[in-house]
Amino acid sequence: MSQSINFDPIRLPPEAEELRLEVREFLAEEIANGSFNPSSSILKSGFDREFSKRVGKRGWIGMTWPKKYGGQERSFLERYVVTEEFRSQNAPVTCHFTADRQSGPVLLKYAQEHIKLDILPRITAGDCCFCIGLSEPNSGSDLFAASTKATPTAGGYLINGTKLWTSNAHQADYMIGLFRTSPPTKENRRHGLTQFLVDLKQPNITINPVRNMAGKHDFNEVVFDNLFIPEDHLLGEVDSAWKQATSELAYERSGPERFLETYYMLPELVRVLGKEPDIRAKEGVGRLVAQLHTLRRMSVSVNGMLQAGKEPVLEGSIVKDVGTIWEQALPSKARELASFIDDEPGNRTNFDELLQFSTNIAPKLTIQGGTTEVLRGIIARGLGLR
Amino acid sequence: MSDDNLLIDATTKIFEDLCDPQNINAAKDDSWKQLLWNALEESGLTSAWVPEEFGGAGASLSDGFSIIEVAGKFAVPIALPETLLGGWLLSNANINIPTGIMAVAPTRPRDKLTIHSNGTLNGQVRGVPFASEADHIVAAIEDAGSTKVALVAKNNCEIKSFSGLSGDPRDTILFDNVDAISIQKLQGDLSYRSVKLMGATIRSLQIGGALMAILELATEHAKTRVAFEKPIAKFQAVQHNLAKLANETAAAVAVANSAADTLANSSDNEQAIFFEASSAKIRTGEAVGEGTAIAHQVLGAIGFTEEHILHRFTQRLWDWRDDFGNESEWAVELGALIAENGADELWPLLTTR
Repeated sequence: MSQSINFDPIRLPPEAEELRLEVREFLAEEIANGSFNPSSSILKSGFDREFSKRVGKRGWIGMTWPKKYGGQERSFLERYVVTEEFRSQNAPVTCHFTADRQSGPVLLKYAQEHIKLDILPRITAGDCCFCIGLSEPNSGSDLFAASTKATPTAGGYLINGTKLWTSNAHQADYMIGLFRTSPPTKENRRHGLTQFLVDLKQPNITINPVRNMAGKHDFNEVVFDNLFIPEDHLLGEVDSAWKQATSELAYERSGPERFLETYYMLPELVRVLGKEPDIRAKEGVGRLVAQLHTLRRMSVSVNGMLQAGKEPVLEGSIVKDVGTIWEQALPSKARELASFIDDEPGNRTNFDELLQFSTNIAPKLTIQGGTTEVLRGIIARGLGLR
Repeated sequence: MSDDNLLIDATTKIFEDLCDPQNINAAKDDSWKQLLWNALEESGLTSAWVPEEFGGAGASLSDGFSIIEVAGKFAVPIALPETLLGGWLLSNANINIPTGIMAVAPTRPRDKLTIHSNGTLNGQVRGVPFASEADHIVAAIEDAGSTKVALVAKNNCEIKSFSGLSGDPRDTILFDNVDAISIQKLQGDLSYRSVKLMGATIRSLQIGGALMAILELATEHAKTRVAFEKPIAKFQAVQHNLAKLANETAAAVAVANSAADTLANSSDNEQAIFFEASSAKIRTGEAVGEGTAIAHQVLGAIGFTEEHILHRFTQRLWDWRDDFGNESEWAVELGALIAENGADELWPLLTTR
């Protein structure tokens, strides 16, 4: 086969399953203590620094990282279990998740030692929130069109320009930003962009809220006006950020969060349908569960291959493409399958509330972290078509 | 047959030599079938799941699943998976394995056979793959609270010949007071449903294999076929269609292999096996619909001809999604289990492994 697609049937190891029980116990305690309510937390802000600190205390943030930076040196499959258990209970992970998934690993790979020693332990303690500064008013999916400038100055760089649709910038402590240090070249339009660590708690940065269509404040506009960034905050090679992105993509795209964002609709649907739904609802639920099971097996497999040192970039993109389409369609399928439920007052109030919310946020699911179109382009390249 | 890759290579070699889709498609008659069968039999592949003490090759379940996936890649149009399944059933019922081709019945969820008080078999089963080409029929029967396996000489049954979409036999077998060569109880933890789940997993693996083949066919075609002055692979609409075909192929391969791995690991309980195998048949069945449509769209009129081999895969994919329960039938069963378990049990079930 010229392009073989591999999904080794990976099983989670026993230590991951033991960890799962610990995580479930922790979440049950948190719920019992009223720190969040799994059936409505999704409607509220997912940002809870105190919760994140308690997660950090358990050693579940940055848990695959080296111990000297606050990590636990545990496997990606163990991290997988923690991630999926938190998602399934709608736990408020916003404060730490971005750093745990991608910012921390970028720092690990590209930051200077003193920066790593300073920041990574704060991330693993759950007390350091990151956001990602990629999109701009004229550069969304097309990252390489970014124009926010980093101009060399004595001891560092001056940043000027605007990042847009930046999730959680208003709550974050740091941003990993992509800024233009040189114009693109004729041979390589991806040339000329550099990654920087940006401390957001300083003047010369203005953060304006951009409310989304679901009524939430998640997005922001981040304006840099002669912001000084010291030399040692540069991450990796100048002008070569494009080389740094690809290896992380498989991690970023294949996690359980890429198909579980509307998962709560499925158990809620099963709840309102009751023990003996009609044949149409049974078939519908059966298909949804089979599809979700398949996604989970694909995702576990990709993470297992990563753990084994392989680079399943094509497979990772496939998981995100199939996964986000699935989680996007789930609310509308749940809506259809719930059409013929005998209404008992109050029976489906929670279902309807969650349905409204998930329907409202569904459009973003195939946009964030790489659109469907971008992913299909990557898959097509993997097939040798481009 | 302990080394997985050696086995896969050996199986692939036989199919390349004797079951190349292009050669079969152009063949004037069916004489290739006997040559292929002989080669498979001589190499022990047809009796892979029969223990050595029963005269088989004594391979593991996972080795047999690998053989079946490779057979899917070549859209092998003979009763190799059926004979493997028949051998597995017979040896799990302590029945000696006959030589030759076997078919397994029933393959449709609503078809049932009964055992008369005089010990004869009765009933009608439809859509049985390769019954007319088989020497023996291996039947599974629910009888007095247990599951029985019967070995029957094909010539003792009345066969009404029908074909699937691919032209491969999908026959009706009438059992009218038929004497079996042997009827024995299925051993161990295996149940009537285990037979269906095993069949569903086998078909899921074949589907995954054949989807890989049409993905490669369609991709290669798109790279070389020129239209509007460039290879059609350069058109974004075509690229995205092929990416979707890759997605569906990936889903099918992943879920089928996961089910096979579960079955091969005997420590997994029956609910886990049901969950895995039913999900596999549902999801691979869905992948067939979208995947075949895209492959045909990419191949255009060329792929719609008898001369081109694409139909060797797509028509069998359509046949296979109906064997051993289609996606609707399994989805209703799985949905019923989920509803009965209740909402709070869904996540624990999904995360069993």
